[in-house]
Amino acid sequence: MAQYDAPMPSNTHSSAASSSATDAIPTLSTSLTWRDTLKRWSLRWGIGRGTSRVEPGLYRIGEPSRTSPLLVTCNYRMTVDLVRRDLAGVDCWLLVLETYGVNVWCAAGKGSFGTDELVRRIFACGLGDLVDHKTLILPQLGAVGVAAAKVQQLTGYRVVWGPVRSANLRDFLAAGSQATPEMRAVTFTLTERLALAPVEFLGSLRYALWAVPALAVLAAVAASTGARSLVWVAALMALFPAFVSYLLAALAGGIVTPALLPWLPGRAFSVKGALAGSVLAGVALAALPGMLGGQSVLGFSAVILMVASLASYIAVNFTGSTPYTSPSGVERELRRAVPLQAAGLGVGIICWVLAWYVIGTTVLSTTPGG
Amino acid sequence: MQGFRYLETAVTLELDAEMCSGCRVCTVVCPHGVFAMGADKRAYFADRGACMECGACALNCAWGAISVKPGVGCAEAIIHSWIYGGEPSCGCSVVPDAAGAVGGGESSCCETGTGSDAPSAGVS
Repeated sequence: MAQYDAPMPSNTHSSAASSSATDAIPTLSTSLTWRDTLKRWSLRWGIGRGTSRVEPGLYRIGEPSRTSPLLVTCNYRMTVDLVRRDLAGVDCWLLVLETYGVNVWCAAGKGSFGTDELVRRIFACGLGDLVDHKTLILPQLGAVGVAAAKVQQLTGYRVVWGPVRSANLRDFLAAGSQATPEMRAVTFTLTERLALAPVEFLGSLRYALWAVPALAVLAAVAASTGARSLVWVAALMALFPAFVSYLLAALAGGIVTPALLPWLPGRAFSVKGALAGSVLAGVALAALPGMLGGQSVLGFSAVILMVASLASYIAVNFTGSTPYTSPSGVERELRRAVPLQAAGLGVGIICWVLAWYVIGTTVLSTTPGG
Repeated sequence: MQGFRYLETAVTLELDAEMCSGCRVCTVVCPHGVFAMGADKRAYFADRGACMECGACALNCAWGAISVKPGVGCAEAIIHSWIYGGEPSCGCSVVPDAAGAVGGGESSCCETGTGSDAPSAGVS
């Protein structure tokens, strides 16, 4: 049923040293190939997500012995790649849980990186035959789905909460499974925020295919009420500003807001997005004042209102990608923001229609052959 | 999380210090330093407003001293639940349907997201 990625390339493993009981356990390489890197970047652009899973089960990192640490992770390909890379030089066992290609934190939130799956996998892999100790190191964020006390009760294995980031695993292990406060805290650095931007940006463009033509149709209808012959001219003229407006909203909400998140004023994402959208729209109108076929208060209002409202909506959707927004908070923000965003978009579209009506009755109708 | 604060008064997290055994697990699993241990060997709120309602503390408090309404702080999920009903749940289905397909979310959250496996920071 499940489609798993091809087995990870393993180190040139000298199987002569290992006993027959462990021969069947594959060894994960701790160095990433160009294929792995390519895979990671395509995943960041949203390519191949949902089918990117490593076969769950037990793996070796290096040459683990009966006393080597036992680590647990999810089966999202990118996570497994980064974990094995970060464990270079460490001899340990890696237990990969079936999370259907979703990262640890999200999978824990949904329960697949959970107590039941961990308990099942511990027994299925026969850990007791391979390792003498009874300690499992889990990623801290897995605590959303795994109840450590229950795991110990059911299996006898004690759960030790490892660091949030796999990059800290080596230091954590070297310190005798002790995490510093920094290892326990989630971060949301500029790099981390920008890593999310491609998918966020592409996702926000998904409605452009009908939104942009719809705006062009509205413009054509409005402009041609004065003169029927203007239908096609107005539609073509409106395509460019409609596309630019949509692109600006996607940029403001999907890239500028995530990038400038801590510096944009306010706590509400809708406010941050609306501000970013207004500024981008203002700059674009200052740079291309003629993009609406002439300068008009109505046209400028239309672009600014539409871009700000849409950017605000896209920005508030970024809450799902941040590691600090509470669902109660998001719900409260949405109850206030969505009506305002809808109103802003509505007024913006009315301004857009009126602006093209004015253009149709004045500018275009005076153009010879228009 | 310097520079990242959200709508703090909306948080549903509650702690009953009377029921606290002093095991400290809440101070370990919380990714936002919400809990600290007091001189009386019981947990207290060091920064309740930083809570993102992930639910790790409540699930791992074997003494039932912590309660929170856990969930995903994701607008897309909440809007989806408004329109289609049900509890808010992110679009990234992690349990395959009958045909064995697993839905991929449209947002960046569940695959690359929540800082959990950013370029230099894979979650173990």
